[in-house]
Amino acid sequence: TINLEGYQTKMLDGFKLPTQSTATKEELLKLYKDMNVMRKIELACDKLYKQREIRGFCHLYDGQEAVISGIEAACNLEDAIITAYRCHCHAYTRGDTPHQIIAELMGRKTGSTGGKGGSMHFYRKKTHFYGGHGIVGAQVPMGAGLAFALKYEKKPNVSITMYGDGAANQGQIAEAANMAGLWNLPCLFVCENNLYGMGTSTARASHNTDFYTRGDKIPGIRMDGNNYFHVKEGFKFAKQYALEHGPLFIELRTYRYHGHSMSDSGTTYRTQEEIKEFRQKKDCIQFIANTILQNNFATQEQLEAIQDETREIVDKAVEQALKDPLPDDHELCTDVYINNDKYYIRGIEYEQGYFPEGKPY
Amino acid sequence: RTLTVREAINAALDEEVARDEKVFIIGEEVANYQGAYKVTKGLVQKHGPNRIVDTPISEMGFAGIAVGAAMYGLRPVVEFMTMNFAMQAIDQIINGAAKIRYMSNGDLDTPIVFRGLNGPAAAVAAQHSQCFAAWYSSCPGLITISPYDVEDARGLLKAAIRDPNPVVFLENEIMYNVQFTVDDAVMDKDFVLPIGKAKVMREGTDVTIVSFSKPVKYCLEAAELLAKEGISCEVINLRTIRPLDRKAIVDSVKKTHRLVTVEEGWPQCGVGSEICALMMESSAFDFLDAPVERVAGLDIPLAYAPNLEAMSLPNAQHVANAVRKTLKGHK
Repeated sequence: TINLEGYQTKMLDGFKLPTQSTATKEELLKLYKDMNVMRKIELACDKLYKQREIRGFCHLYDGQEAVISGIEAACNLEDAIITAYRCHCHAYTRGDTPHQIIAELMGRKTGSTGGKGGSMHFYRKKTHFYGGHGIVGAQVPMGAGLAFALKYEKKPNVSITMYGDGAANQGQIAEAANMAGLWNLPCLFVCENNLYGMGTSTARASHNTDFYTRGDKIPGIRMDGNNYFHVKEGFKFAKQYALEHGPLFIELRTYRYHGHSMSDSGTTYRTQEEIKEFRQKKDCIQFIANTILQNNFATQEQLEAIQDETREIVDKAVEQALKDPLPDDHELCTDVYINNDKYYIRGIEYEQGYFPEGKPY
Repeated sequence: RTLTVREAINAALDEEVARDEKVFIIGEEVANYQGAYKVTKGLVQKHGPNRIVDTPISEMGFAGIAVGAAMYGLRPVVEFMTMNFAMQAIDQIINGAAKIRYMSNGDLDTPIVFRGLNGPAAAVAAQHSQCFAAWYSSCPGLITISPYDVEDARGLLKAAIRDPNPVVFLENEIMYNVQFTVDDAVMDKDFVLPIGKAKVMREGTDVTIVSFSKPVKYCLEAAELLAKEGISCEVINLRTIRPLDRKAIVDSVKKTHRLVTVEEGWPQCGVGSEICALMMESSAFDFLDAPVERVAGLDIPLAYAPNLEAMSLPNAQHVANAVRKTLKGHK
């Protein structure tokens, strides 16, 4: 049993917020393993990018693993989830394997989207993961739309609609929130506040930096995004609240160790000391390790064995992905439409196009 | 002197901000971070945060703020981190900036430049890879410019900032790092190119190739290749998409009797389609000896995988094939 620090809330007087969390040995050991897999996937991506095996944009999640882990612990795979482009670990918790994720980043046929999407575009409908979106903030109204559909279909589930502190200033979030409030949609507007939108600190971008309060008449909660237990219990409360009362704004304070993307060193707008402090004192995986050790659920040696095991999983995934082929050429023009072969697709040169009639007119 | 397209744009911005106190730059990460693609590097240090203005991620908001400021009399240069994000703000550009002069019977002006990188870059997948030249150039009231080299970038950006109309200025990320050698005249602080005038990059007699932005390079490479086969290509760099330099295209076709258009954007209702329509509608029609050939980006959202990406975009080989096709049986 773990005692939780209080939640900061808006308009939730009269609601009883969690004060304690419990977890079993099995839960924590599995969590420790999963969080390590996530971290190692991201570190492998960093390395592969530097070796030019991964190209284009690549936004890493290391540092923020407790956020998605805590959410998933409180919710289930019938709860819809949608996020922006920092989405590799969301794909993992929704069921993609490390191999599929890494292969996708390398543009391989065996990747999560067959090499078509790349770093920013992961999806998995069967576990209700709706992406993976590259336009900042544009996923938020879609998330409200998922909530609309869940309510429409009378499902006992919520939409976990995620965005960053940078995206929080997109107008469409206010638009989506207004309708979610009007229509009591079971939508959790989840701001992952890692303190910087690209190279701009929250204070420089946001007039109101209390992101949990920005739903106007929609209540809000701020949780500690570095503390798995705080997120888990907070989301249990939030899900129940959303099903009974409608939307909720949630802010998760967290920290990204890497820069915004690979072209950003992440050190021009924040100090090395700041990054070091977060790594040493607030690291979300180390926090789980400490909890395990304090409760005598495992020894240091056993945790190291888990580290080795996860390293091996990710190493193998990388090794396999490096051997995997690129997508087949014939995949180039598939899935532009449903019933794709009924549609004319013009080639770079006219006669190279796809003609549903069988030959060029 | 040799410089990159990025340096050319940076210098043009720097000089125009210095020249006219009404000119200011506004956009995401343009100041403290030195520009997401370092195009505005050093400008905030030189001109201060009142002239180089960082915004939150709020495209529609800051585009609208620029339209309002322009109506009052300022001359904003709006940087979109990429033109893909300008889609969040497209209402302000088209229903706002482009139409206000007409709707106000000439009372209000919106002298704004909306600039950012456009077209497919490398390995950034579908949501970050598309050419908006045809979209913006479809709109009356807007000027649409898409430079190719250093001379274009510098001369046309200065022209765009000085022009009283709203201008969409479409840059290309891959060209930012490309170096060109230019003469001293181009480096003059008042070097301004005329908007609406194309440039003949290479003279020729057998076929006219019309393009803009990065694909101009492929046209020049194809022309070089075809010269070895005894085919003489005239390569036209449009520079401005709207107003389209119809005279330059028509005059060239009257000389060569053949036409190929080249762009990275999608084919349907593309810039090439408009040029084909020009061939139908203008006096050029009677001079054509072969159907016009279009080379365009493949008709799909761009994939991430390198092999699929490469198969989706035009290159010099496609241009050469199209040229040969217009000359089939003649050369």
